[in-house]
Amino acid sequence: MATTEGTGTDRWREERYEATPERQGELFSTISGVENEPLYTEDNVEPGELGFPGAYPFTRGVYPSMYRGRLWTMRQFAGFGTAAETNARFRYLLEHGQTGLSTAFDMPTLMGYDSDHPRSLGEVGREGVAIDSLDDMLTLFDGIPLGEVSTSMTINSPAAMLLAFYACVGERQGVPVAALRGTVQTDILKEYIAQKEWIFPPEPSMRLVVDMIEWCAREMPLMHPVSISGYHIREAGSTAAQELAFTLADGFAYVEACLERGLDVDDFAPRLSFFFNAHLDFFEEIAKYRAARRIWATRMKEKYGAKNPRSWLMRFHTQTAGVSLTAQQPEVNLIRTAIEALAAVLGGTQSLHTNSFDEALALPTEHAVRLALRTQQVIAHETGVVNTIDPLGGSFYVEHMTNELERQAYEYFERIEKLGGVIPAIEENFFQREIAEASFRYQHEVEQQQRVVVGVNRYKLEDEPPIEILKIDPALERKQVERVQAIRARRDSAAVDAALARLREDAAHEGRNLMEPIMEASRAFVTMGEMCDALREVWGVWRETPVF
Amino acid sequence: MAGKIRVVVAKPGLDGHDRGAKIIARALRDAGMEVIYTGLHQTPEQIVETAIQEDADAVGISILSGAHMTLVPRIVDLLRENEADDVLVLVGGTVPADDADELKSKHGVAAVFGPGATTTDIVDFLKGAVAA
Repeated sequence: MATTEGTGTDRWREERYEATPERQGELFSTISGVENEPLYTEDNVEPGELGFPGAYPFTRGVYPSMYRGRLWTMRQFAGFGTAAETNARFRYLLEHGQTGLSTAFDMPTLMGYDSDHPRSLGEVGREGVAIDSLDDMLTLFDGIPLGEVSTSMTINSPAAMLLAFYACVGERQGVPVAALRGTVQTDILKEYIAQKEWIFPPEPSMRLVVDMIEWCAREMPLMHPVSISGYHIREAGSTAAQELAFTLADGFAYVEACLERGLDVDDFAPRLSFFFNAHLDFFEEIAKYRAARRIWATRMKEKYGAKNPRSWLMRFHTQTAGVSLTAQQPEVNLIRTAIEALAAVLGGTQSLHTNSFDEALALPTEHAVRLALRTQQVIAHETGVVNTIDPLGGSFYVEHMTNELERQAYEYFERIEKLGGVIPAIEENFFQREIAEASFRYQHEVEQQQRVVVGVNRYKLEDEPPIEILKIDPALERKQVERVQAIRARRDSAAVDAALARLREDAAHEGRNLMEPIMEASRAFVTMGEMCDALREVWGVWRETPVF
Repeated sequence: MAGKIRVVVAKPGLDGHDRGAKIIARALRDAGMEVIYTGLHQTPEQIVETAIQEDADAVGISILSGAHMTLVPRIVDLLRENEADDVLVLVGGTVPADDADELKSKHGVAAVFGPGATTTDIVDFLKGAVAA
């Protein structure tokens, strides 16, 4: 690097920059606390390593033509109440130009409880849609031809059951399972690290993930069986570098688990996908996506010996940062979301969810969701940012930040390795502590006015006008409880017992892929909660030692 | 008021969002209080049991799942049934304004802290309310 004393940059800094005082009060570091120089020049970046879009190591984008070939998929996450309400919201979004579906499940579904379980009380359909059995799944996709849409499902511990329900809906619509497209989140590691919706201990959970990857590679080759997610890690309070590092470490852990099973890396790696946050620190976010692509490609090729170039590609979905939304002056969230979405696009995302402005208060109204979708449409069609690939590539600052985040990620990989890998690090609360530390630091900076949050610690309104929010009718819970009880009453109970017995038996034996017994149980209208209970009996449940 | 203020920070229901709970727990500890964090996925029964066992002055319930109108009144009722209604109940999270009013007026919740509340607000409130 050309950093010798007395470079033009140094002289500029001494003679000109330092001649005027800096503003006091607010920090100049990124929102994650990465220090920023006042200026970046060629002194900060190695020359000649930019590469090209669609070429290894893909820093500038996974596809040669990027958005000139195809825009990103506009995929708004939706789900509330019962399957019928969410089906109506899906149809609404498709009518307004959305190009893919994305399903939010309620807390009981995420935790593997049926709607009539005592622990589900008050939570049914609140934060997502309640799905108890194939019967609900049939309602959820009623009138939506599964051969023509791709569907993303945000489900982790019970991912195998929901994937099976989806496959069964396909079967009933006459769509071959091999033609179904979409993504199942299935990323259990980030649940232990950040989102905390888990059921089983890590080892059997990993087995279930590998079962899904193996089964999809054979039966459902257009499905992404895992979406390795940094989104929730960031929402839990991590820095950008932690989001990057922990997500990729999780990704490598899945790769290693599959290799241990004896799978060929090129048979499954092309279907692994990723999911990142788009936070407010504009350039840091763009650099994060660029670094992520480069690290993934490098490791997949160099460390895991992937030969198929498709195995090197990190394709990812992005969601704007829920945590950046404020309950105060909520319309301002439209602006935050637009800026975050722009970072995701300039960072080369393959699909995008933009949050609705009212989401710090409740689930979004139709009006708010439409504005969120329109935000993406404006970026795609009015701003011109899609016309040139990686337009910020070569920016001294963005290239420097890309290198810096990459460096910090490798540092974390070493620390995780020293702890024995991702699962031992989870058991030692390593990630949880790192995240708690970062979120506490940020909160402190906000409270000290070192970071300004418009409408929260500066530019406040005396009287906030009330806004209309979506209310979930409490009667929906009762309706859903009746639905699941009705299905239990009318199904063939001998078939249910047999399917559950087989599931228990196979779960108790290492080396048996559980997807087939789960498919069989789904066809027999065994509920998701019953399947999870059967596995709880065999595997036990996970408990975290709480730290703060 | 002799001795440290004792606070149970609790996450009821199936909600896994623990960012706020952990920040509050740490801020209360830094402010000199004795803090017991229950961890995630607690039933109202478990929370009340912890509050009684720990002889808590206050229970801070962090909830972002929308189930507050079911779970919070249940915790308040259980405290009363166990003759522990001197324990202050505070709620933090995404609670719409009219729900917050109802929790305070009908269920005896001492305070509801929404998004944007500072840790200092919460510390000051607790110090004032427990001393009183």
